[in-house]
Amino acid sequence: MIHVEALTKTFGDLRAVDGISFDVAAGEIFAFLGPNGAGKTTTIQMLTTLLTPTSGAIAIDGIDPRRQPHDVRRRFGIVFQDPSLDGELTARENMDLHGVLYHVPRRVRGERVQQLLTLFELWDRRDTQVKKFSGGMKRRLEIARGLLHTPKVLFLDEPTLGLDPQSRNQLWTHVRNLNVSEGVTVFLTTHYMDEAERVAQRIAIIDHGRIVAQGSPTELKAQTGTDSLEAAFLKLTGSTIRDERADAADQMRQMVRMWRK
Amino acid sequence: MSAIYILWLREIKRYSRSRAQIVASLGQPLLYLLALGFGLGPVFEKAGQGSYLQFVAPGVIGMSVLFSSIFSGIGLLWDRQFGFLKETLVAPVPRLHIMIGRTLGGATVAMLQGTLVLVVCLLAGFRPAFISTLPLALLFMALISIVFAALGTAIGSGLQNMQGFQLIMNFLVMPMYFLSGALYPLTGLPRALALVTRVDPLTYGIDGLRGAFIGTAHFAAATNAAVLGAFAAVFLALGAYSFSKIQI
Repeated sequence: MIHVEALTKTFGDLRAVDGISFDVAAGEIFAFLGPNGAGKTTTIQMLTTLLTPTSGAIAIDGIDPRRQPHDVRRRFGIVFQDPSLDGELTARENMDLHGVLYHVPRRVRGERVQQLLTLFELWDRRDTQVKKFSGGMKRRLEIARGLLHTPKVLFLDEPTLGLDPQSRNQLWTHVRNLNVSEGVTVFLTTHYMDEAERVAQRIAIIDHGRIVAQGSPTELKAQTGTDSLEAAFLKLTGSTIRDERADAADQMRQMVRMWRK
Repeated sequence: MSAIYILWLREIKRYSRSRAQIVASLGQPLLYLLALGFGLGPVFEKAGQGSYLQFVAPGVIGMSVLFSSIFSGIGLLWDRQFGFLKETLVAPVPRLHIMIGRTLGGATVAMLQGTLVLVVCLLAGFRPAFISTLPLALLFMALISIVFAALGTAIGSGLQNMQGFQLIMNFLVMPMYFLSGALYPLTGLPRALALVTRVDPLTYGIDGLRGAFIGTAHFAAATNAAVLGAFAAVFLALGAYSFSKIQI
C-alpha cells in the first residue's frame, strides 16, 4: 500500500531523511518510531503531499504524490500531531466540512458521519462545539473525520500525545477495530513503546534520518537480545537525549500550551 | 466551488458565534470616535472645517474594516499550524479555492464588522449626509475588506512566528491607519506626508467612504474605486501565490 524507496529530504546541510526505504502492506498496522528529530514527521509530510522530497520514490496505492497529489489525497486520512479541528464548530459541522472538501456525496455523508460518530462514542455530543471537548474526545473526532472519505491509509502522527492512559487505551482499541472492520492500513508514530508493541504488526525504527531496524516487535527484540521493545529501541538508538533546536512551530506550540492553562 | 462556499461559510459561522469578541472589538473604534470626535471637535470647528465627529466617523469605520480584514489573513499563521487550515491543505481541493474561500470569508466578516461600527457611529451622533449613497459606502467597505484580507493572506502565508506578527502590526498596520487620512484631511499636508498618504491603499478607501457618507472627498469616487480595485488584484495574486507556497 505504501512503497518508499531511497527517500531523501535535505534542508540546507541537514539531511532530515537520508535514503530510507520500506514497504507497508495493505491492511497492516505499521509503526514508525524514533527519537525527537529523527525524521518521522518529515517522512509523514512527504508521504502526505505536504513536502516535496529532495530525491527518492514514493507510491501510495501505486500513485506518486508528486505527480498526482489529488489522487493520493483522496486515498489517505491523517491525524496531525497538532490539533486541526475548528473549535468554534460542532463535531458534526467539522465532519460535514471534511465531507465537502473530499467530495463525499451528501447522502453517503450523512450516513457515514452518523456511523463514525456513533462508533467513536461522540454521536450524543454531535451538536456540541468542539472547544468544549476533552483532549481524548478531540482525538477521537479527528480520527473519525480522517476516516470519513473511506481512505485506504490512515496516518496517525503521535495521536496519543498528552492523553491519559484510559483515553489512550480506548483510542488504540478503536484503531485496531477499524483496521479489521474497514481494512484500512494504519501508519503511526508514537513515543510510547508499549503502544507500538501492542498495536503494530510491523515496526521501523528511524534515527538521524536513517532506518536502523525494521521487523515485527518479536523480531526486533530477538535481533537486539532484549526482552521489551523499549529496551530494543534504546539499544538501537542509544540513550543520549536529542536536544533539537526549537523551531518556530515549537515556539508557537509552547505559547498555545501556556494559553490553554 | 463547493469548497470555496463551505470555507466562506465557516468564517461567517465562527464570527457569529464569537459574541464576546464582537463586543470587545467595538471598544477600540468607540474610543477613537468618542475621544477624538469630541476631544478634537472644538479645535477642528475653530479651524473652519465643521464637525470633527462627522469627519472622523468614516475613518473609524475604515479602521475597523482594515483591522478585521488584515487580521483574518494574518490569522493564517496560527491556523496553518494549530488550526483547521492544515486539514484543508491535505484535502483534494486546489489551494487557490481554499485561499479564495478563506479570503472572501474574512472580507465578509470585516464588512459585517464595519457595518456594526457604522451603527455605533450613528448612535454616537454621526449623521451621514445622504442615505441614497449607502450602497456606494458599502461598495467601498467591500473593496477595503478585499484589499486587506488579500494582503493579510499574503503576509500570513509567509510569516514564520509571532515576532513577525508584532513587526507587521507596528510597521505596517498602524502606519497604514495613521497615514491614510482617516484622522485628518488630505489637503495642505507637508509634501513628504502627502506623498506617503498617496501610496497607502487605505487612503483611497477612507476617502471613498467619506465621499459617500458626507459628500466631501479628496479624489473622485471612480478614482478611489479604480485604485482600490488595482490594489485588490495585485494583493489577491500575491496572496494566491504565497498561499500556494505554504509548507508545514
